Amino acid sequence: MSEERVLLAHGDGGELMGELIERIFVSRLGTGEPPGDDSARIGLWQEASSCRTGARLVFTTDAFVVDPIFFPGGDIGKLAVCGTVNDLAAAGARPVALSASFILEEGLLISDLERIVDSMGAAAEEAGVRVICGDTKVVPRGSADRVYITTSGVGEVPEGVEVSGSGARAGDVVLVSGPMGDHGLAVLSRREGLEFESEIVSDCAPLAGMVEGLLEAATGVRVLRDPTRGGLATALNEIARQSQVAIEIEESAVPVRESVAAACEMLGLDPLYAANEGKMIVVVAEEGAEVALETLRAHPLGAEAAAVGRVDEAREGRVLLKTALGTLRILDRHVGGEMPRIC
Amino acid sequence: MRDLGELRDPELLRRLAARLKGMAAPSAALMEVCGTHTVAIARHGIREALPKGVRLISGPGCPVCVTPQEEIDFFIALGGVEGVRLATFGDMVRVPGTEKSLEQARAEGAEVLVVYSPMDAVAAAEREPEKEVVFFGIGFETTAPAVALAILEAKGRGLRNFSVLCAHKLIPPAMMALLDSEVRIDGFICPGHVSVIIGGDAYRPVAERGKPCVVTGFEPADVLGAVRMLLEQIAEGRSEVEVEYSRAVRPEGNRKAQELMGEVFEVADAGWRGLGEIPASGYELREEFGGFDAARKFAVEAPEAVEPPGCRCGDVLRGVIEPRECPLFGEACTPRKPVGACMVSSEGACQAWYRYRGQEMDQ
Repeated sequence: MSEERVLLAHGDGGELMGELIERIFVSRLGTGEPPGDDSARIGLWQEASSCRTGARLVFTTDAFVVDPIFFPGGDIGKLAVCGTVNDLAAAGARPVALSASFILEEGLLISDLERIVDSMGAAAEEAGVRVICGDTKVVPRGSADRVYITTSGVGEVPEGVEVSGSGARAGDVVLVSGPMGDHGLAVLSRREGLEFESEIVSDCAPLAGMVEGLLEAATGVRVLRDPTRGGLATALNEIARQSQVAIEIEESAVPVRESVAAACEMLGLDPLYAANEGKMIVVVAEEGAEVALETLRAHPLGAEAAAVGRVDEAREGRVLLKTALGTLRILDRHVGGEMPRIC
Repeated sequence: MRDLGELRDPELLRRLAARLKGMAAPSAALMEVCGTHTVAIARHGIREALPKGVRLISGPGCPVCVTPQEEIDFFIALGGVEGVRLATFGDMVRVPGTEKSLEQARAEGAEVLVVYSPMDAVAAAEREPEKEVVFFGIGFETTAPAVALAILEAKGRGLRNFSVLCAHKLIPPAMMALLDSEVRIDGFICPGHVSVIIGGDAYRPVAERGKPCVVTGFEPADVLGAVRMLLEQIAEGRSEVEVEYSRAVRPEGNRKAQELMGEVFEVADAGWRGLGEIPASGYELREEFGGFDAARKFAVEAPEAVEPPGCRCGDVLRGVIEPRECPLFGEACTPRKPVGACMVSSEGACQAWYRYRGQEMDQ
């Protein structure tokens, strides 16, 4: 038996990665709080009396290694800001400040770096937040692939906002803020040099503003989650497990662009497992669902929002999908290697 | 690009499903021999939409799954040769070999490149002339023309550091072999992509043995249509080759692709996981392309092939058992920790069953 090593599949956002995090990181660095949400809540109001009453801080971090570094609709810089801003937004928080650390490979074009940092600046401005500290390291050619960026972010959760992955209750309605799979297929098409009639553009965008508007307008918002790696299917499975409920999704209600569906067919992929970088899943109590959907649709980043399913009690921890035929099947979380078909 | 919206129109699908369900259907076991069909059937919940008594069984249609352990072990062993870079379709990476998988070999230092097309492997060989790039030529008549083209391209560019481990398999001989096995099959759902290349006529020998054949595509409407056409043939006592997928498949197939395959490959006996050796059921490289044949180019020692204990992939591939009837299914063997090839491959019957139906759905 050969010694265990880190595999590429340990980084795909699926089940193997979850196991790695539990076994290696949480067991050694964990706080005793069950992880599950991307942002950690900090009970600063107890420790620092200067903090406004009722408001709470959240803290999150994310590393970015996307290849290619420039893709239709964005680049690694924009992604690094949006990824962290959206993690904060998924905690119901307004972004307060970001940090950014860069690992640069010797030989990277300065003009490329400028382009990347410019787009970070633009994304931060759109999100209404500043990058207030950072760090830069350069490694010899071959020790890294051009540029890796890690961003961390602090956010403030307004008083009265209570969202968490464990908040879903039977009867709640599941919304998505727009079509699924744009980012994953944009990057994959560019990486593989595939061309389609209409170019697939990443949805990469900071969602803080959209979420803030949603939380102000709608009551009963229980869960927010950005379906990044592993896509909608994986994110819903996480919510179902954390909340100990079942979720049933209507396949034909899930918005997917025609170009993304066609690219998925060609590559043997499923858009429900493809990454998004500018979309939010919203689980909301039935009485607040209509207002929530209208509010999302009124925002430019949520114009194509749709109600896609419901939270249920039976089959706890499971996500089920009602197919176009009206039959029911399991929608499992992502398992290593969503690879293109070869037959 | 065809209009997926129309084919997936929920109204149309419900009508098709209702019509099928209302048929006075004979009891029948229909086999699909294409991994993409296996996935489509599970993903669209088609089994649940069929009349009582009609059973769909998965056959040897997943390219990764039918590749025998010996060929996989040999390919993994090639990765240990100094200067060799292995190139393969992604689905093969996690298949357990006798000692390890390509994924483990890569983490231990073997160079494994995942490609979408054999031409990517040719390009890699051209980029790095100091490396020996070996492509794992697996799959059926769908992938074989692309591999033939890649070999001709490598020859044209004068590349001497590109070779192929040729493990291609042919679908119609495997269907014929299944007719002599213990499995009850009343009709075949014939593959879409394979048939684009070989044509509908290629299944005539199967139909002449009394088994209706319908070639179909991958949309739920296609599969429902094929099932209805098969049931009608059975009810009327016919056994013919019919093509539901007429928007893509012609009786004679794609002659150009066939010529391409004929130029580079010759038909040979081949080993299949689960089915063993089947005469004239695979391809090997013609003598004049021997320089591109990894099996002739490299002498490596692979471990003696041992199937994982308890794994019944072979029985699953023959349609003898359903995935859930394997004692390892869902317990010792899951997509996360797969024991057999049928659970690894995204087109494998076990993975499709596990992913879309779980362990309890239909019990």
